Amino acid sequence: MAAAVSLRDVHKRFGEVEVLKGVSFEVAPGEVVAIIGRSGSGKSTALRCVNRLETIQSGEIELCGRRVDDPALDLRALRRDVGMVFQSYNLFPHLTVAENITLAPRRVRRTPPAEARRIAEEVLARVGLSDKIDAYPEQLSGGQQQRVAIARSLAMEPKVMLFDEVTSALDPHLTGEVLKVMETLAKGGMTMLVVTHEMAFARRVADRVIFMHTGKVWETGPGSMLADPQTPELKEFLANGL
Amino acid sequence: MGGFTLTHFLYLLQATGWTVVLTLLAFVLGCLAGFLVMLARTAQARWVRGLSGLYVDVVQGTPLLIVLFLIYFGLALFGFELPAIVAAALSLMIYCSAFLGEIWRGCVQSVPRTQTEASECLGLSRWQTLRDVVLPQAMRIATPPTVGFLVQVLKNTSLASVVGFVELTRASQVINNSLFQPFLVFGIAGLLYFALCYPLSRLSRALERKLNGGRRQPA
Repeated sequence: MAAAVSLRDVHKRFGEVEVLKGVSFEVAPGEVVAIIGRSGSGKSTALRCVNRLETIQSGEIELCGRRVDDPALDLRALRRDVGMVFQSYNLFPHLTVAENITLAPRRVRRTPPAEARRIAEEVLARVGLSDKIDAYPEQLSGGQQQRVAIARSLAMEPKVMLFDEVTSALDPHLTGEVLKVMETLAKGGMTMLVVTHEMAFARRVADRVIFMHTGKVWETGPGSMLADPQTPELKEFLANGL
Repeated sequence: MGGFTLTHFLYLLQATGWTVVLTLLAFVLGCLAGFLVMLARTAQARWVRGLSGLYVDVVQGTPLLIVLFLIYFGLALFGFELPAIVAAALSLMIYCSAFLGEIWRGCVQSVPRTQTEASECLGLSRWQTLRDVVLPQAMRIATPPTVGFLVQVLKNTSLASVVGFVELTRASQVINNSLFQPFLVFGIAGLLYFALCYPLSRLSRALERKLNGGRRQPA
């Protein structure tokens, strides 16, 4: 089966600094891949290149059969296939939870309001926040906000979901409730690319782990590779991280 | 030569009405033009940003009185003899558009970039993102300085007196020319301006307090 996401020899520079130095990897449909690595290793940048929040200098990126690096790409079509959840939640503070979730279905798909509301109820149930449908983001805890952000993304029924350090702003307790939602998603067959610092999550939930170091894919393997690192860099990273 | 009578005062009140009319005209037109300036200043195309930036710099660096003279006397040379109120409204519109456009550009750009990213990741177009996500948040920030700027517009309508439009300042001059009681007449005019401006200033400050104490998105 064709890969849901594939990167081939991707190079990305910010000015003089090369942050991705020939990154290649694939994510199969239904697969959960965790990207780990130090700050500055290029893992978030790689993720942001996949849905073209960043443009690349050379290489190829494909998502669900669409060439992401094509300058003539229909961005909105790409983003119907891929959802993204951010470290800082990025909920719209002036809108209620329901409005946050229904905005894209109503505007992009022209879903009628009643139907959109039903979708909001359904995705909120999936993240366990049915009772918060009419709350404003500021009335929610960080963990709840992040779950709403996941629900908002789910409402557009993406084929692939990108998670960019979604628990890094949360305390351990709240981190747990967000990871639980992600685990349920993974078990439901969602294709997920997860940049994370949560080694336990990477080991338990991810089908495959990619360790990035200095802009390159340094080591890759199943979750169990974290128990048996091959390179000194991954060894050191794990020793400092745990 | 007689004293200041009720008739004089009613004449000033009527002129105050014209000051308000001119202010509203200038402000409404200026808001429309200022919105376009804001869009141009935040456009993706560099030349659009540059050109609108030049417009803002030129207008902000030119006295409003000069703009008024150019439009009222200058355009007349080309056969456009505008009525004084039209020339004044146009000049003030240009003045407003440059300042409001720049105030609003700042407000739009103060909405975190991540809000735009989140919106575009959901598949919303640039225009939908602006309308549904950025502008509602920018408007809350923009309201206090915009109301505050309205005070400047109101006071600057007094410049329209030099092209013969009878608003509050011009009416005061007319009365003083016959009474020669400048302190009394211009004092009353000043109080009338103050009566209009002070509530606006207070409103602006109240709005600012409400904004600072109101909804904020936690980081």
